[in-house]
Amino acid sequence: MSFPWLTVIGAVPLAGSIVLAGLPSARTKLAKQVALGTTLVTLALAIAMAVQFAPKGDRFQFTEQVSWISSFGVHYALGVDGIALVLLLMTVVLWPVVVLASWHECESTRFSAKSYLALMVSMETLLIGVFVSTDLFLFYALFEAMLVPMYFIIGSHGTSRSSYASMKFLLYSLFSGLLMLAAVIALYAVGPGGKDAFLYSTLQNVDLPVNDARWLFLGFFFAFAVKAPLWPFHTWLPDAAAESPVGGTVLLVGVLDKVGTFGFLRYCLGIFPGASHWFTPVVLVLAVVAVIYGALQAIGQKDLLRLIAYVSVSHFGLITLGVFAFTSQGQSGATLYMVNHAFSTGALLLIIGFMIHRRRSRGVSDFGGMQKVTPILAGTFLVACMSGLSLPGLNTFVSEFLVLVGTFTRYKVAAGIATIGIILASVYMLWMYQRTMTGPVAPAVEGAKDLSLREKLVIAPMVAVIVFLGFYPRPVLDVINPAVGATLQHTGNSDPPPVVQTATNGGAS
Amino acid sequence: MTHAALHAAATLTPTMHTTGAFSFTWLLVVIPLTSATVLLLGGRRTNSWGHLLGVAAPVASFVLGLILFAQLIGKPASERSFDNHLFSWTFVGNFKAPANFQIDPLSISFVLLITGVGSLIHVYSVGYMAHDPGRRRFFAYMNLFVSAMLLLVLADNYLALYVGWEGVGLASYLLIGFWYHKPSARTAATKAFVVNRVGDFGLSLAVMLMFATFGSFTFTNVFGAAGSADHATMTAIGLLLLLGACAKSAQVPLQSWLGDAMEGPTPVSALIHAATMVTAGVYLVARSAPIFNVTPTARLAVTVVGAVTLLFGAIIGCAKDDIKKALAASTMSQIGYMMLAVGLGPAGYAFGIAHLLTHGFFKAGLFLGAGSVMHGMNDEVDMRRFGGLGKYMPWTFATFGLGYLAIIGFPGLSGWFTKDAIIEAAYHKGGTSGYLLGSAALVGVVLTAYYMTRVMLMTFFGEKRWAEDAHPHESPEVMKWPMVILAIGSVGLGYLLVLGSRFADFLAPVVGKAEDTAFKPIGLVGILTFVVMLAGIGVAYLQYGRRRVPAVAPVAGPLVVAARHDLLGDAFNESVFMRPGQYLTRLLVFFDYRGIDGFVNGFAAFIGGTSSRFRRVQTGFVRSYALSMFGGAVVLVAALLLVRG
Repeated sequence: MSFPWLTVIGAVPLAGSIVLAGLPSARTKLAKQVALGTTLVTLALAIAMAVQFAPKGDRFQFTEQVSWISSFGVHYALGVDGIALVLLLMTVVLWPVVVLASWHECESTRFSAKSYLALMVSMETLLIGVFVSTDLFLFYALFEAMLVPMYFIIGSHGTSRSSYASMKFLLYSLFSGLLMLAAVIALYAVGPGGKDAFLYSTLQNVDLPVNDARWLFLGFFFAFAVKAPLWPFHTWLPDAAAESPVGGTVLLVGVLDKVGTFGFLRYCLGIFPGASHWFTPVVLVLAVVAVIYGALQAIGQKDLLRLIAYVSVSHFGLITLGVFAFTSQGQSGATLYMVNHAFSTGALLLIIGFMIHRRRSRGVSDFGGMQKVTPILAGTFLVACMSGLSLPGLNTFVSEFLVLVGTFTRYKVAAGIATIGIILASVYMLWMYQRTMTGPVAPAVEGAKDLSLREKLVIAPMVAVIVFLGFYPRPVLDVINPAVGATLQHTGNSDPPPVVQTATNGGAS
Repeated sequence: MTHAALHAAATLTPTMHTTGAFSFTWLLVVIPLTSATVLLLGGRRTNSWGHLLGVAAPVASFVLGLILFAQLIGKPASERSFDNHLFSWTFVGNFKAPANFQIDPLSISFVLLITGVGSLIHVYSVGYMAHDPGRRRFFAYMNLFVSAMLLLVLADNYLALYVGWEGVGLASYLLIGFWYHKPSARTAATKAFVVNRVGDFGLSLAVMLMFATFGSFTFTNVFGAAGSADHATMTAIGLLLLLGACAKSAQVPLQSWLGDAMEGPTPVSALIHAATMVTAGVYLVARSAPIFNVTPTARLAVTVVGAVTLLFGAIIGCAKDDIKKALAASTMSQIGYMMLAVGLGPAGYAFGIAHLLTHGFFKAGLFLGAGSVMHGMNDEVDMRRFGGLGKYMPWTFATFGLGYLAIIGFPGLSGWFTKDAIIEAAYHKGGTSGYLLGSAALVGVVLTAYYMTRVMLMTFFGEKRWAEDAHPHESPEVMKWPMVILAIGSVGLGYLLVLGSRFADFLAPVVGKAEDTAFKPIGLVGILTFVVMLAGIGVAYLQYGRRRVPAVAPVAGPLVVAARHDLLGDAFNESVFMRPGQYLTRLLVFFDYRGIDGFVNGFAAFIGGTSSRFRRVQTGFVRSYALSMFGGAVVLVAALLLVRG
């Protein structure tokens, strides 16, 4: 058997978090070093694995499979396709960045620094597991377990608002998770069963009765729609994003929420292709509403973190739109968007974290004129804002345009309405920038220090990815495209041909 | 020539693969981009020499542009298109967006305008911005602009064009808001970007529609198949492109941002908001000639937008006391002429672009002149506080004066050649629409002569109405010479371009050519134009030359008041979009909080019995969380056993 890359990559953060938990509470500095070291080792291992991935090879690579609960046909089965691989890479890149960004924040929660970091690092294992498992039971277990550390991190400020937010997050997730659990059990009941009952490869080929498939689809869809979150299941997100420590918010909005959209693509479409098609009109409506509704909400927000949360609701709407457009551009664009969103929104949130650290406030109106006082902070914030409004040349543009064009070839009206989002994006991003960074210097930010070396190290990789993937998204797309091709082939879709057939576009004449 | 033949002429020109100098086309874009990056990342360390690098970059691109131009005119007409392949930018299924640069007669004309006029304005800025602490940042943004604008005109497909299109929008945003501490500047910057995004909405949809229709958005593929698609689709593409063009070129109804954009430093107004960026809409229409050629409906819309805007801008120009805003209104109006011309189709493309080029010279010259005046007058912009400056600023006066004669279309100068050609072409269109368009253009001539004479008289003639601390003086050499060179262009460029159809022949491989394009200045229309121009000058002279200019704007009738307020463009936007938008967002925020969230909370409370009990459940829940998990696991196993027996 070849080297178990995925197990090792997943195990490193788990081991790190156990070490962290065992450290004396007073050893704060050591705890930070262990956390950063662990996540960096994970990153290095993941890169070492990723360079061996063959985009044109088998769909799932680095597979591992061990029987776990044989009486129910449950396996410990891992493997990555191109989609899972890029999401895995996104996760392992973001984690050390967030640990470094939480250098001071981890000391200001109601937990000791080492406990907080242990929670954070343990969550990386769960996230990696969610993206790489190829057994539905294993996926579900990790999917639910993910809630535990996140719940504690959201509530770690210990205020009544934060416990309200964390409880809301938990209740939403548990309730929707229960529906998915019911669907998982029912799928087992109506499916073929046997010793491979929960393997993705089995479930992908299950031929379910039409009505059963629709009900089961709903169970999965609801859980993922809450996680993503899709309108109108989104109201937990602004509270959670605003009350959590900012590092936690980055992980929540940047990575954890992607499990929802990943779930649509991998499980809803993969196991229930017919039902996915049947529900498409409803999903498209929800997605388009999310795009516009989230953007309008963002314009009206007075709290920076809530603002970004609503921006994400809008962007998740676009991702969902791309997934359910059933075109290669739509789904590749949606997958790329998941990665890009993590970096552009992650950068926005991290810089807002720096701002909150300086001003001790999240209110938009408490800032002003920071470009004069902290030009480097303002400059990086502008890059992040431009990425957030999908400026061509930066990362998000490519994915957003692919999603829109991929939707347009099949659903012109939906794409047309969603495109209004680009106008609204310029309003919420630039208005936020205008109110915080320009104009007269607000008294409270006078004398604020510009980015420290640590903060520069946090934000530099984010900006680098934002610029690089804007100019040259090919490396990521080349990995995603075959996996999306396999998904579309499975759902029985091909791209709509151009109306005018010519020799140059592969047409007849 | 029929449309089909034209379209064949425009698209059958084979695109050569690059050899020799043309394989360095990408350097045109990369040189200023590199310079901008160095200046931005280098920070304060580059303060002492940043402006020199900032000037060197566009000059280097200009020299390269000249070399490419020299190579290009040596080729026969059918071989004047070269593609510089770089890399495949985005690639998903049928969706192939290459990063390629294309040199052809149309793009090289723009390259020379952008880098030539751009270099002069960069040189001027060394003096103009000498005392500004942000000078390095200024040059970085200006270089960024040049780079993005070159990408816009060199792209060989609509998606890459879009990158340049928004890149210039970003540079414009940064430069309008250059003095970001001023609330007026930051608001103007945001406004410009947002209004332009409305245009981007159109451009985006146009590209999507092209992709859905042709499976491609490269110029070659789209233009090659333009004749095979149905008329409604092509009209839709044309109108969507026009929406994009309206925003970028400040055409009605997306004109409102340009006046406010004057918040930026004056060299910015000269380069971006007069000579180059705002003409990108005209470029877009001319570049898309094979699309517009097959859809008379979209062409008519372009001409109507042009005609309306040329009058709209001219009327505003008549009422402005701020010298920069008067010139901005004039820019809007002149671009209206260009739009009108390119909307005429093959009969007008070359004239529209020729006017764009000459306008690039004389309007940049006028703006630099205005900047020179401001420089000598403590940044005063109110023309009612000028007067009699001709004696104190002879060079500025002379160069501004030549620009003035060019823009009003005085016989023999650049503007005369290019603008009269447009008016004639409009009448030549024939029918009611031709008559109306030509007449609008003619009325525009009266108004242009009027408002520009007014600017001249209020600024350089008459008595001094200066502020007490004003000590007007001529600008330094580094600002003077760019104005002189632009003035020379304002005099001679039109002659070079229009006479003997030189430019029309040069452009023909790209935009096609109507058979009857010779310029006949001494015809009936030419004489009429001259007469109405004199009338405009005369009225302005009676009002502002013969009489004293009051130091404060006099009380005026409703039309003048409306014109002073940009013909109520802002009032319209505010009452139709902004206020309802604000109410809508407020309502939605309330709805989200009380409606959806309130429903969920209420539902949870209902399940829990009462809300207080709900809270107890919440706190108790934490403690029993582990137990619940365990319970859940037991249920799960039991359920699995049950269903599989």
